[in-house]
Amino acid sequence: MLRRSLLRLASTLVTLLGVAVIVFVVIRVVPGNPIAMMLPPGATPEDELRLKALYGLDKSIAEQFFIWLGGVLRGDFGTSISTRQPVLGLVLGRLPATLELSVMALVLAVVWGGALALIGTRFRGGRTEAAVDVGNGMALSVPDFLWGLVLILLFGVLWPVFHISGRISPSLDLPFTTNFYLFESVLRLRFDLWADIVAHMFMPAVALALPLAAIIAQLLKQSLKETMHLDYVTLSRTKGYDETHVITRDALPNAVLPTLTLVGVQFTFLIGGTVIIERLFSYEGLGNMAIDAVINRDLPLIQGIVILFALIFTGVNLIVDLLYTVLNPRLRHA
Amino acid sequence: MSYLHIENLTVGLKGTGDRLLRGVSLSVDAGEVMGLVGESGAGKSMIGKAILGILPRSAEVLGGVIEMDGENLLALPPRLRRQRIGAKAALIPQDPLTALNPSRRIAPQITDRLVDILGWDKARARDRARESLAEVQIPDPDRVLRCYPHELSGGMRQRILIASAFAAEPKLIVADEPTTALDVTVQKQILRLIRDMQARHNTALLFVTHDLGVVAKICQKMTVLYGGMVLEQTDVRSFFKAPGHPYSAALLAATPRHDDPAASLTPVPDHVVQAVRAEVAAADRMQRHG
Repeated sequence: MLRRSLLRLASTLVTLLGVAVIVFVVIRVVPGNPIAMMLPPGATPEDELRLKALYGLDKSIAEQFFIWLGGVLRGDFGTSISTRQPVLGLVLGRLPATLELSVMALVLAVVWGGALALIGTRFRGGRTEAAVDVGNGMALSVPDFLWGLVLILLFGVLWPVFHISGRISPSLDLPFTTNFYLFESVLRLRFDLWADIVAHMFMPAVALALPLAAIIAQLLKQSLKETMHLDYVTLSRTKGYDETHVITRDALPNAVLPTLTLVGVQFTFLIGGTVIIERLFSYEGLGNMAIDAVINRDLPLIQGIVILFALIFTGVNLIVDLLYTVLNPRLRHA
Repeated sequence: MSYLHIENLTVGLKGTGDRLLRGVSLSVDAGEVMGLVGESGAGKSMIGKAILGILPRSAEVLGGVIEMDGENLLALPPRLRRQRIGAKAALIPQDPLTALNPSRRIAPQITDRLVDILGWDKARARDRARESLAEVQIPDPDRVLRCYPHELSGGMRQRILIASAFAAEPKLIVADEPTTALDVTVQKQILRLIRDMQARHNTALLFVTHDLGVVAKICQKMTVLYGGMVLEQTDVRSFFKAPGHPYSAALLAATPRHDDPAASLTPVPDHVVQAVRAEVAAADRMQRHG
């Protein structure tokens, strides 16, 4: 177990290093110069050189990389060019917003997709299952940002029940000490704030969740239907259990494993989707910050955000692996 | 009145005119073992499935009566019917490797019926599970109850399934080829175990098999099926002395003999197969016109 954990840690570090190298090189090779954007009109070439030297951009890419890596190992991710603040603080300040949004979307997707899969299995072969299939097809064939636009039109404009912009209403007094607004509002029992936050998060979360919910519903329903033919399910029926009981108790725990793996992979796509969805809903998270950073050619900030995203992805995969071991008794002794 | 009484049971393939069982009738008393024999597709398993309410979704009961303990199961609403079956009947399945839920421990797989369907309290059900495992000669029942299926051998799992079937003291057990998936040395022990358990609990046992050798060992009565139709119903002794139907006789001649392993096997002759097929077809015509 210790050996496996160490191997796992080592492979995570290698992944992160690889991501760092690629991002570092790519954003320096593509056209676009952060210095040029900072220079006031009428600056001389000497000014430009001085500014480059100030940010270390006059050195070779390899040199720059090792200087940056040295800083990262000491916990210093550099200073954002556009805001002149430490990258680490900026990124960590935005992380809670994106985490809350992604997790809310994930929960919605699992609950909604799981429910559809169970209903589709319970009434398989009939109109209900066909309706589930059609709904899934629709959710899947439209990308998340289009869902976002559709939701804004429907529930932001035509029938305005949700907020379409921001994370919380600006008029409210915020008692929060962390940036986990949703979480902290519950802890502080401020359900008025909680309701306002949810009304802001709901539509972006639904837009992110819809495609994932459809994938979960489809795959889980398929594995459930296959499991329903197995002998232990039949045996359970002869004991006097009804269809619903047999599906949830006997089939579900065994059918859920392939879906779990897929959810792990798809959840990382969902987090990637926050970049556009956060922009669309002016939600102040990492994704929105990433777009600004790219527009401003803010190299240190881009690096910081990408490394953080990579950390989240590997973390999610680790959690999925652990869950797998918990859910499948056959893996526990291996 | 027999404990299980089936009258003119007809099962068909949904949406087609095809019939899987063609008016099957049979009776089994408490303490009696009835063998259901026939080649694959003869409908022998289908009878057990119809009784236990586990017909495949593509099949449906078209007519007839399945009377258990004096009550026609087919006339009951589904919920009540499930409960009756769960309380009074049990299945010993064919393949012990697939019949236990891999993600649940053994204990709840035995006690679930006792607690949920029969309404026992948990401690009593747990005690009963322990007793049942001891009864099928499983050493250290307490350890086994805590195991997951993958930690146990195939023979062990079949013993557990037998214990589980008898745990609720059902009056009727359907054994669907319970030894086919086991290797030969284990087969013999399992067969003896089923017979002993059946005798001790005075259960009516419906034993589905394609193996006449097994029938000779365990059954008192037997039903020979072909194409979902009963060809012959007799007691086992007289069957082996003088089979009543030409097809049964051919089936018997096609069975390897333990006392004379060198004797050559005779496949069921073509003319016998054709004759029995014609019989099935004639029965279908009768049914359509009558």
